[in-house]
Amino acid sequence: MNIAVCIKQVPDTKGGVKFNPDGTLDRAAMLAIMNPDDKAGLEAALRIKDETGAKVTVVTMGLPTADAVLREALAMGADDAVLVTDRVLGGADTWATSSTVAAALKKMDYDLVITGRQAIDGDTAQVGPQIAVHLGLPVISYAEDIRLEGDYVIVKRQYEDRYHEIRAKMPCLITALSELNEPRYMTPGGIVDACDKEITVWSRADLTDLDDANIGLAGSPTKIAKASDKVPKGAGEKVNLDPAESVNYLMEKFKEKHII
Amino acid sequence: MDFTLDKKHEMARDLFRQFAETEVKPLAQETDETEQFPAETVKKMAKYGFLGIPVPKEYGGQGCDPLTYVMCVEELSKVCATTGVVVSAHTSLCIDPIMTYGTEEQKQKYVTKLAKGEMLGAFALTEPGAGTDAQGAQTKAVLDGDEWVLNGSKCFITNGKVADVYIVIAITSVVEDKRGRKKKNFSAFIVEKGAPGFSFGTKEKKMGIRGSSTYELIFEDCRIPKDALLGPEGKGFPIAMHTLDGGRIGIASQALGIAEGALERCIEYTKERKQFGRSIAAQQNTQFKIADMAARIEAAKLLVYKAAKAKETQKVYSVEAAKAKLFAAETAMAVTTEVVQLFGGYGYIREYDVERMMRDAKITEIYEGTSEVQRMVISGALLK
Repeated sequence: MNIAVCIKQVPDTKGGVKFNPDGTLDRAAMLAIMNPDDKAGLEAALRIKDETGAKVTVVTMGLPTADAVLREALAMGADDAVLVTDRVLGGADTWATSSTVAAALKKMDYDLVITGRQAIDGDTAQVGPQIAVHLGLPVISYAEDIRLEGDYVIVKRQYEDRYHEIRAKMPCLITALSELNEPRYMTPGGIVDACDKEITVWSRADLTDLDDANIGLAGSPTKIAKASDKVPKGAGEKVNLDPAESVNYLMEKFKEKHII
Repeated sequence: MDFTLDKKHEMARDLFRQFAETEVKPLAQETDETEQFPAETVKKMAKYGFLGIPVPKEYGGQGCDPLTYVMCVEELSKVCATTGVVVSAHTSLCIDPIMTYGTEEQKQKYVTKLAKGEMLGAFALTEPGAGTDAQGAQTKAVLDGDEWVLNGSKCFITNGKVADVYIVIAITSVVEDKRGRKKKNFSAFIVEKGAPGFSFGTKEKKMGIRGSSTYELIFEDCRIPKDALLGPEGKGFPIAMHTLDGGRIGIASQALGIAEGALERCIEYTKERKQFGRSIAAQQNTQFKIADMAARIEAAKLLVYKAAKAKETQKVYSVEAAKAKLFAAETAMAVTTEVVQLFGGYGYIREYDVERMMRDAKITEIYEGTSEVQRMVISGALLK
């Protein structure tokens, strides 16, 4: 069994987000880490590997320095790593990213593709499902539990107040929540092997099943108008009414805000 | 000469730091307070291979170099010196001599399990009457048929009651030299927990590293197999001394970690603590002290890392190990004492980590060769 896990190197937002003067993220000023949802996806794949001996390949698209998260994944126990990197792929939105990653996956053997739900830098939750569309795979998003049963996966899909248990035949794509599991640490020996291992590097030219219209900044339909740090909430409105009037007041407000 | 860490070592440092911060730091205070051996942490370390870092993969280890091992003890000791010494005694004092002097059979039998943390190791040389004067040891081993019979006791043994395998140094013969003076010949043995006649004495109540299991070992007609002999008969003393050379690099790493941990807390605290209307970090007295501590720690680190490199590339590294341990231990003591002073009254309260760190630091000047012994080793090499 072959499992492909899509991971992304993201800036660590724990210490706060830093911006360039032009409003874009100052990635150089922030520590780069493996996206937490992706790490949970990788852990899920490694647990399947522990049980069944599946082969786990990690894939990322990014700058050449994104090899750091691939090495981390190898040191955790992944078998192979693929880095998709090319200047022409830069500035990609979710559409261009998913088109490119899907083109890379088309070159690989997989029975199961696992991605994170969403990355902590973009928070779109679009790339995973879009990859599934490009590959013509069924997608199960928001996985909080993954089990294997023969050729099928049984996934608990999280909702706000419940979960759905979904059974799907492989090949399929699952997007993982960070709550899915507690990812393992690397091992010292795993680090030695990870650093000695060659990472497969693919450029634009290696991805044959990919249209130039769908890559990089030019192939990205989304344009970011403005990015900013969190804006503090206003002080709110204080009213002093008797209980019956309060209810009416609240109902009016709920209607006004389309809450009810 | 290159002072930068390569990718492998940087990743290893990140791993050890993350593990120490997440798994070890939250338990450090409780471990000290309750004097409980951190068994759960040791299990987790075993799972991730921390108990066999410099052991070749074919013996179940991680196949890393001594520097990686040093960084592990350093990072653990930054947050909990007890956890640091558990790894150090196990790796340097038990696995290392078996790897160096053991037969293939002994390596297969013990190292493969020790490296995976399925067994924990300890080393027993010190006796009530034989500390720095290790030749004063009295424990004897006599061959009786197919078994060695051990009699005597060992004290201050790290991982004392929790270990499964012990390297024990005992007298196997006494010979007279040409001038008629009696000379003891020591041999090294691998003793398993549960050997008949092997029991534990009292648990030591210590000033620092209080979670570490420090016990007296008692051998009363303790019978172990003939093939429990480690290395050639009569070579126990040089085996012990060579083992301690490696052990000193481990303790030097522990001391380095304690000093670094104390400085980290000092920087955080002095930036927050306000006196006379400004942070005490804004006072020049604090700034100068922090600068002195940082410079001294950096010097200690270079000596410790150099000793680790020497262990990798040289057959004999006694002087490098002695210098590293001497300087790192005295740095740990000086830095923690200074940090407690900068914390003022709060530094004297157990709620703050630095109080524990100052107590933990002291042992690094004493065990595995006191600072005085290290000075003897260093000057001995210069004056010979």
